[in-house]
This record gives sequence, structure tokens and C-alpha cells, in this order.
Amino acid sequence: MLKKRIIPCLDIKNGRTVKGVNFVNIIDAGDPVELAREYVHQRADELVFLDITATLDKRKTLVELVKKVAAVINIPFTVGGGINSLDDVQAIIQAGADKVSMNSSAVRRPELISEIAQEYGSQFVVVAIDVKFVEGKWMVFTHGGSRATTWEAVSWAKEVERRGAGEILLTSMNNDGTKAGFALEITDAIAKAVNIPVIASGGAGQMEHFKTLFETTAASAGLAASIFHFGEIPIPVLKNYLAEQEIAIRR
Amino acid sequence: MIAVIKYNAGNIQSLQNALQRLGVESVVTDDKSLIRQADKVIFPGVGEASTAMRYLRERGLDKVLVSLTQPMLGICLGLQLMCQWSEEGNTDCLGIFDTKVQKFPAKDRVPHMGWNNFASAESPLYQGIHLSDDVYYVHSYYAAPCEETIATCDYILPFSASLHRDNFWATQFHPEKSADVGEQILRNFLSF
Repeated sequence: MLKKRIIPCLDIKNGRTVKGVNFVNIIDAGDPVELAREYVHQRADELVFLDITATLDKRKTLVELVKKVAAVINIPFTVGGGINSLDDVQAIIQAGADKVSMNSSAVRRPELISEIAQEYGSQFVVVAIDVKFVEGKWMVFTHGGSRATTWEAVSWAKEVERRGAGEILLTSMNNDGTKAGFALEITDAIAKAVNIPVIASGGAGQMEHFKTLFETTAASAGLAASIFHFGEIPIPVLKNYLAEQEIAIRR
Repeated sequence: MIAVIKYNAGNIQSLQNALQRLGVESVVTDDKSLIRQADKVIFPGVGEASTAMRYLRERGLDKVLVSLTQPMLGICLGLQLMCQWSEEGNTDCLGIFDTKVQKFPAKDRVPHMGWNNFASAESPLYQGIHLSDDVYYVHSYYAAPCEETIATCDYILPFSASLHRDNFWATQFHPEKSADVGEQILRNFLSF
């Protein structure tokens, strides 16, 4: 049976992890390579690296980091943040990433999705969609949730699938950081509107939130950051819990 | 020396990294004599079937690959190209395995992406591997089970997770991305 995936997300700035981490056995918590290794050890199913360095001159640092991460980990990993062109994608893929994730650049120029899919295959293209509930509708936002677009969430999800995206990473801005649970309704609406996998993100605070996500929506994976980094919910404990709840999970 | 067949696209880096972690030297090449001399050959591939076959034919690599006698391992698209024919681009493939490659019916999400276990796995390639072990898949096309199938997986329908004939081996999943389970499978292949 295909398993539901548990995915830790690491925010990267200038080649270092941004948010604090308190794994006791990690010497340098700011080192993404050390963290990646630890997450593989904990049996995370995939990793997502989100580069929040906005400037072009720091891009080289990211490529170097991707190379180092690729050398030590043996599970798939996605790299996102500031990917604007086929050249950016090529550099990241050649460095050893398995997928690239785009967000604002896909909204700005949706053709980029098709271009990457044609050049490398759909499986390389993850489109990250940030949504916010505004006046009774789930709308797409860009630039870390700061800019509104005219795209309604389900329509945009269908559009990115049509253009060749291989996967959707859906983040609810309303839920992100609240630890009150995932945005179940919109996650399920999008997951049912498309036939590609949807990763749900934003709002995970307890193990039950993952159970509810997998039991009540068609999401293929759940992503979180701080609850994993701070050891609030260790991945092996979460996975054991989900398996006991009879959710298909890799252990 | 292990020869990894060079392609126009695809992430070959992760395979090389995996081999390096196992302490094995590899060279990514489309040089026919290097490929013929290699102790083992790995035929990876991520991409589209007709483009990949055209690339191989233009360089005469199609004839080299089918004539190899050392152990060869096809991975993902590599497995599909070793079959008779692929629905993807209506492509005649290498014909090493007597089966066809078709697109998954859209009864569930396609691509089949993520970790899945084995429905069956009986072969020296799966020495030390349990049916409950998960490996990582990303594919929209599958090889139908046939006499050369040595492992199967269930997704929408049963398909060939792995094929074997003589010196030719293939996996639909990515052993290089399948954590410790994948490493064991690669180690088994390297021991042939």
C-alpha cells in the first residue's frame, strides 16, 4: 500500500537553518546537512529545503548546500525558494535535488511550470500554493503570504496540474503557526480537484492533527517545521502513533 | 568499475552519490567501449521514453546495451526502456524483457509517488528484504507482470516492481532514494 508521507521542512538562510532546533544529539543545529542526516535517521519520508535568502549572489551558497545534502542523504528531497528560471532549476537539479518547488514565480509566469516539466519531467516540479481565507473564499497569495492574487485556490491548483506540475505543496496562511491543525476543508477540496499528490502544510501542533488530516482529506503527505525541529513531536513517535491508528505509514 | 549510462536529462547525481556511499567507483558515460569494459552497468533514467530511446539509438547505445554480458541494472525509466514497448510516445524499446509498459489508469493519483512495499519479491536481488519494506517510487507508467517479474507492487493494479533475465536486472523504484532498504538492494546487485 502507498504510504502517507511525513515531511520536515527546513528554512535556509545563507546556507544555514534559520529556526532553532533542539535535537540533543546534534552538534551544530544550524547546519542543514547535520539536520538532514538526523531526519533520515528518524525515518522522515522526504525533506523540503526552503531557501529564504532572496538575493541572487547567495544562490551559489544554496547550490553548494544542495550538493552537500545530496551527498549524505538517501531519501528524496525538494529545494524551493527564489526559483525563477530554467537556469535556476538546472543548477539545483544538477547539484542533486530530486524536486524543485516554485511559488511566486509560478504565479508570475505559469509557463515556467510547463517549461520545467517538459525539460525534466513533471516529477521534478512541485508547485507551492499559499492560500488565505478571504471574504468567504480561499485565495492564492504570493511572497510569503504578503501579496494577494486574483487566483481562487482550487482553480489555481487545477491550472498548475494542467501545466505539468507533479505535486502540490499547499500551505494555509490562516493555519500556519497556529498549531491548531491543518486546513482540512481546502486541503480536501484541492486534493479531490486534482489527480497529483497534495502535501498539506500549516497548523500541525499535535499528532492527532496528522491523523485527522489523513482520515478526513485526500492529502498524500503532511509537512511541518518547528514541531519536528524542537522535538515537540519526534517523527518516530508520530509514525508509531499513526500506524497504531491504522494509517498506512512507513516505519 | 561501474558504468552509469549517460542521458540527456535526469538526476544521475543521486545515483552516483549512493554508489559513493557504498564505496564504489562509478563513471557516468555514453562511451561504448567504456560501457563494454565495465564490471557492472547501471541504466538509470528519469524522463520521457521516446526521447530517451532516440538518444540511445542516435549513439548506437541501444545495440550495446542488449549485447552486454556483465550484470546490468535498469532503474525506473531504465526498467521501462528494457521492455518491448512503451505506451509513452508509442515507443519501441530495447526488448530485453517480454512485457509492455502502459500508463496507469486514472483510478487513483498518477504519478504513483511515494513509499510502497512489495506484494512479492523473490530473488537474490531481494536477499535480506522483507515484503513489508518500503521503497520509493515516482512513475506514471508501469510494466505489466510477466514471467521475468521477480517482485511486484500493488498500486491501482499489480505491476512489475522488478524484472530479471540472465544478466539483466531492473527496478521500477529508486533504490538510490530508498534509504537503508534501497542500499541493501544496491549492495545485493553489486555483489553479483
